[in-house]
Amino acid sequence: MKPDKINEYYFHDFDTPPSGMDRRDFLRNLGGGVIIVFSLSQLSFISGMKSRNEEEFPKFNAFLRVKEDGRVDCYSGKIEMGQGINTSLAQTLADELEIGLDKVDMIMGETDLVPHDDGTWGSMTTRFHDPLIRAAAAEARIVLIELASEALKIPVAELIAENGIVYVKADRSKKITYAELTKGQKIVRSLSEKPPLKKAAQHKIIGKSFLRTDAVQKVTGKALYTADVRLPGLLYAKIVRPPAHGAKLTSADTSAAEAKPGVKVLKDGDFIVVLHANPEKAEEAKNLVKANWEIQPSKADNETIFKHILKTATESRVRHKGGELETGKKESEILFESEYLDGYKAHASIETHAATALYEKEELTIWASSQTPFGTRQELADLLKLPKEKIHVKQIFLGGGFGGKIYNRQATEAARIAKMVEGTPVQISWTRQEEFMYDMFRSAAVVKINSGITKGGTIKYWDFNTYCAGDRGTDPFYGVPNHQTVTWNGKDIHPFGTGAWRAPGNPTNTFARESHMDIMAHKIGMDPLEFRLKNLKDQRAVNSLKLAAEKFGWTKAKPPKGTGRGIALGIDAGTFATIIVEVTVNEKTGEVKVNRAVVGQDMGQVINPQGAAIQAEGCVNMGLGYSLYEDIEFDWGKVISSNFNNYSLPLFANIPPVIESYTFDAQDEPPQGGGEPAIICMGGAVANAVFEACGARVFRLPVTPDRILEALKKA
Amino acid sequence: MEEKIKFELNGKPVEVQLEKTEKLLWVLRTHFNLTGTKYGCGEGYCGSCTVLIDDEPVRSCGTTMEEVAGKKVVTIEGLANGDKLHPVQQAFVENDALQCGYCTPGMIMNAVGLLKRNPSPTRQEIIDGMNDNLCRCGAHTRIFKAIESAAETMKGGK
Repeated sequence: MKPDKINEYYFHDFDTPPSGMDRRDFLRNLGGGVIIVFSLSQLSFISGMKSRNEEEFPKFNAFLRVKEDGRVDCYSGKIEMGQGINTSLAQTLADELEIGLDKVDMIMGETDLVPHDDGTWGSMTTRFHDPLIRAAAAEARIVLIELASEALKIPVAELIAENGIVYVKADRSKKITYAELTKGQKIVRSLSEKPPLKKAAQHKIIGKSFLRTDAVQKVTGKALYTADVRLPGLLYAKIVRPPAHGAKLTSADTSAAEAKPGVKVLKDGDFIVVLHANPEKAEEAKNLVKANWEIQPSKADNETIFKHILKTATESRVRHKGGELETGKKESEILFESEYLDGYKAHASIETHAATALYEKEELTIWASSQTPFGTRQELADLLKLPKEKIHVKQIFLGGGFGGKIYNRQATEAARIAKMVEGTPVQISWTRQEEFMYDMFRSAAVVKINSGITKGGTIKYWDFNTYCAGDRGTDPFYGVPNHQTVTWNGKDIHPFGTGAWRAPGNPTNTFARESHMDIMAHKIGMDPLEFRLKNLKDQRAVNSLKLAAEKFGWTKAKPPKGTGRGIALGIDAGTFATIIVEVTVNEKTGEVKVNRAVVGQDMGQVINPQGAAIQAEGCVNMGLGYSLYEDIEFDWGKVISSNFNNYSLPLFANIPPVIESYTFDAQDEPPQGGGEPAIICMGGAVANAVFEACGARVFRLPVTPDRILEALKKA
Repeated sequence: MEEKIKFELNGKPVEVQLEKTEKLLWVLRTHFNLTGTKYGCGEGYCGSCTVLIDDEPVRSCGTTMEEVAGKKVVTIEGLANGDKLHPVQQAFVENDALQCGYCTPGMIMNAVGLLKRNPSPTRQEIIDGMNDNLCRCGAHTRIFKAIESAAETMKGGK
């Protein structure tokens, strides 16, 4: 997909999953057992999916197979990058199928084996993929009970499935195992109607906490990531990189590199690649290439970028509108106007982008650290001008993604190189410097808010203009009668790539809105919790906020000077999330320490409570980075942040000693997203807490000591 | 110039023929195919490449083979005793102290080294000992718990 298209795609929060499926036939290659497949019409009634292109949908689309040994293979196009879906999806399957969790094998992201999937992003797995697996598992259970009925000569109604065995209800000594039932069978069942699903009260595995199923592999070093793939004769590839984005190669002398033993140099225009069987020697030889580059003049740096954005983001789109802004203004007794800034942020997964590829006989086999295996397949098919069936994307663990691994540049590079050295496997593994150079950063952004309230604290007027942060998270859940949300963007604004970063755009939008809410509350001396509750119109938002406030022990009494509490709430991926933090601010140094964070979410049914809590903790800890420390330093195309010495991730010393995560009891409601929502709240919560602690209102992320000290002068 | 370098790797004597300036990280990953030790930053900032050299946690990305000669190297693959996980590995499993798992080998090796030096670390000592190991998923909260629980287990002599 083209980058401009991608950003429109990822920045919007979907109510239904996007689709665009491939025609394929899995059954050919599958062994015996009971196989459940779906068709398009079935998908749409199960998941609410609306297909844009019905012809692209596969005729056969296997979701699970109960094998002849009684184990179950679950075929999923999703990938595991830490979010824990290889555990939660298996829980869902095991519960509906009535089989032990340890009997489920997840086969994920391998394009030759699994049904098409648009990719693992947008916290969509649990919302839209889980229902499919649930329905497939329920259908498989029905098939197995029917088989048992034939085998035992007992009517279906008198049978019950439990833990991989079908029993006669009246006499449990009469039973037959799934393994016995599937032996020698090959039954393919397409869903004819949505199978009856269990109610929450009947769940034995869904809604219970389970440890990660991949933990032993990961603690023993056996879990395979892309750069761990070893093939005979593997060559490590290093690419000659420009010093800045937009730089043009004027000359290159590769002779010194070529003179080194074992080195192979490839050139295709400005694409210069050095290969060696030893990665260190490949890197050393690459550094011997003398390349001259012409660098573009600078148009902005990390301080001036905001003016540049306001000047160049000239294309607007109204996203939400209600009432009349003029009316709202007139009905308001106090008016507010503020501008909020946010710099570029790196994804900074500890695993850098990597790809291992072999091109042979007009086919490409590739392992790629990608959140979009099918997207990778399509891109590479286009690049190599091959049918997509000739591209084989293999299953692999990802060492973090956060939206950074949906763009697949490294896979494209590896495929190009693999074709140039046909028959020899090659591996690309970006250095940390390359990772900072080619990361598709979370965009720098500006949010301008004009608003108005009555003296009693009712918001009458809300005019929200967001530049380069998209519309995600801007749903008008505060229920202001006269409101408008406008997104602004444009072409060629950024000197480098920007893209989706955990809840794309939403951390920026939520930081701006929730800071502004606090500013309005403090202006009239109203408690910030009371002010929010007074204006909230959405019950699920109220559920999330009240839950967090109650668990935090929020009171109107202010803590002693130097200590502050901050609230932020928002919506992402169908989940309402609130975070309340307590911070200590050193007014001399501007240093902030977060002592405690309480997360309250209304996320519908929770599949794995511990998994959900871990995602919330991850959101707090990772979110601390964009709130307090992280900012890409750059001078136009030259990215100055290049490693972890000049781009600071949160450290053990920084993370809150106490993090508590709570979910609103909604076990009979559809499950919603969990990987992204809570992170949106951290910026606002921290900024608001800093204000309560010392009176410094910081309008720019990250809330650094310098910015706090600067704001204190104005306070 | 290549030369012979002998050292002990995961309990077994090994000998390699290579340039003494080559880095342990890449030798482990390519020559020995021990890919549990990860590249994260190449400059010693992230700790994903941490191994034990003579019981001390060391960044293998900045360690030359010359420095390794004659020493005892233990990687994540050499920590368990057959199928029996090391108490720190076991504690990481039981506390769900990992997400994507990429920083995990380095975290575990560093924690093993920390507990060898200091079998009963305070929270602050865990912070000081682990602070230079980076995790992007934000698993820190449970890594603390895992190290505390491993320390308890190991005190019991298990």
